[in-house]
Amino acid sequence: MEHFIDLLVRSVFVDNMVFAFFLGMCSFLAVSKSVKTAVGLGIAVVFVQLITLPVNYLLQTGVLAANGIAGVDLTFLAFILFIAVIAGIVQLVEMIVERYAPALYSQLGIFLPLIAVNCAIMGGSLFMQQRIGLPAENSQAITCFADSVAFAIGSGLGWMLAIVLFAAIREKMEYCNVPKPLRGLGIAFITVGLMAMAFMCFSGVKVDKEEKTPTEQVQNVAVVQEDVADNGI
Amino acid sequence: MGLFSKKNTEAFKTPLLKENPVTVQVLGICSALAVTNKLEPAIVMGLSVTVIIAMANVIISLIRNTIPNRIRIIVQLVVVAALVTLVSEILKAFVYDVSVQLSVYIGLIITNCILMGRLEAFAMQNKPWPSFLDGIGSGLGYAMILIVVAIFRELLGSGTLLGMQVVPDFLYAAGYKNNGLMLMAPAAFFIIACIIWFQRSKDKNLQEK
Repeated sequence: MEHFIDLLVRSVFVDNMVFAFFLGMCSFLAVSKSVKTAVGLGIAVVFVQLITLPVNYLLQTGVLAANGIAGVDLTFLAFILFIAVIAGIVQLVEMIVERYAPALYSQLGIFLPLIAVNCAIMGGSLFMQQRIGLPAENSQAITCFADSVAFAIGSGLGWMLAIVLFAAIREKMEYCNVPKPLRGLGIAFITVGLMAMAFMCFSGVKVDKEEKTPTEQVQNVAVVQEDVADNGI
Repeated sequence: MGLFSKKNTEAFKTPLLKENPVTVQVLGICSALAVTNKLEPAIVMGLSVTVIIAMANVIISLIRNTIPNRIRIIVQLVVVAALVTLVSEILKAFVYDVSVQLSVYIGLIITNCILMGRLEAFAMQNKPWPSFLDGIGSGLGYAMILIVVAIFRELLGSGTLLGMQVVPDFLYAAGYKNNGLMLMAPAAFFIIACIIWFQRSKDKNLQEK
């Protein structure tokens, strides 16, 4: 349970999909002109991530892993399988939502097809594949099905948080006098850069309780202080 | 129609500058930012994307009349995914170190919007040869931005180019320091913003209202 929460918090703030891994930038820049649409797309991403990532986890461990079907290593099929699952599930989700929740559909409708090619979704699955091999005590490790759910929720929420914040800033920026060549895309990049710098602060947060002896911690602090002195800050 | 008629060379040249995929069409940003903290992976990534995009354009253009409209996205994704798998295996076999550095971003070429954009906008309507040229042009336009960003980041961030030290020792002795921020995420955003700024102040037509 503790690892579940660690992983969740970590993937929202520290390993943020947008600010740390640059994933889903295309729709991030294109659909962030107003907060309302940003929230819509954000919810859609969380939703699809929550379904595809655990499914891909099961596929990765059950079918692709070293002793999958008939003991053949099928890892090289991962890309095709993952993208097929994502495209298929997006289509399926679209149909189900349309049938059973028309109100939600009219809100998410236009965004759902976009998500099939959102790299945050594919990236989530690929990171999951990488992290399966990590040792269990690593706070990024995905060792069981519940972990993959935590990572799915966390990375989806992180992406949503990023796009909603960015859209809010962009709405305010409408009233600013930006130099002509920078208008639109240029200033958007600079804003994202500044936000990424702000999010870098989270990487100092130790979410997991690493078993460190007090002396080690003291040494770490000393090293950090030396670094700071070195840089003359 | 000749192989290098005016229309065909146009297809090759427009995406290089006037319609550059990264700075003008805003496509494929994710990988352009992520793999550029060193020059070598940036070059490999740029070449891989160029190859994949050219081949995918040709394949889709060949079968464009047989793809049912409703499932075209999935067909495109599968073609691209197959090509990316090939390239990824080749990279693992011949330049293993670089493929480790590129990590998930090779797989993410599948969802690189440049590919989907070019397939939808060009290959679905055009014959294979112009599609091939368009693919090469878009790929090189993308690679160009990657390489420029990577040169700045590696030079200012680690003082090297392609792993060789460029900044002379006496500068370090005189108190010069590498800028660690250049290797982090924010610097990539700032450098692309500067490139956009530069390009748009040269070409006023690209400026937004």
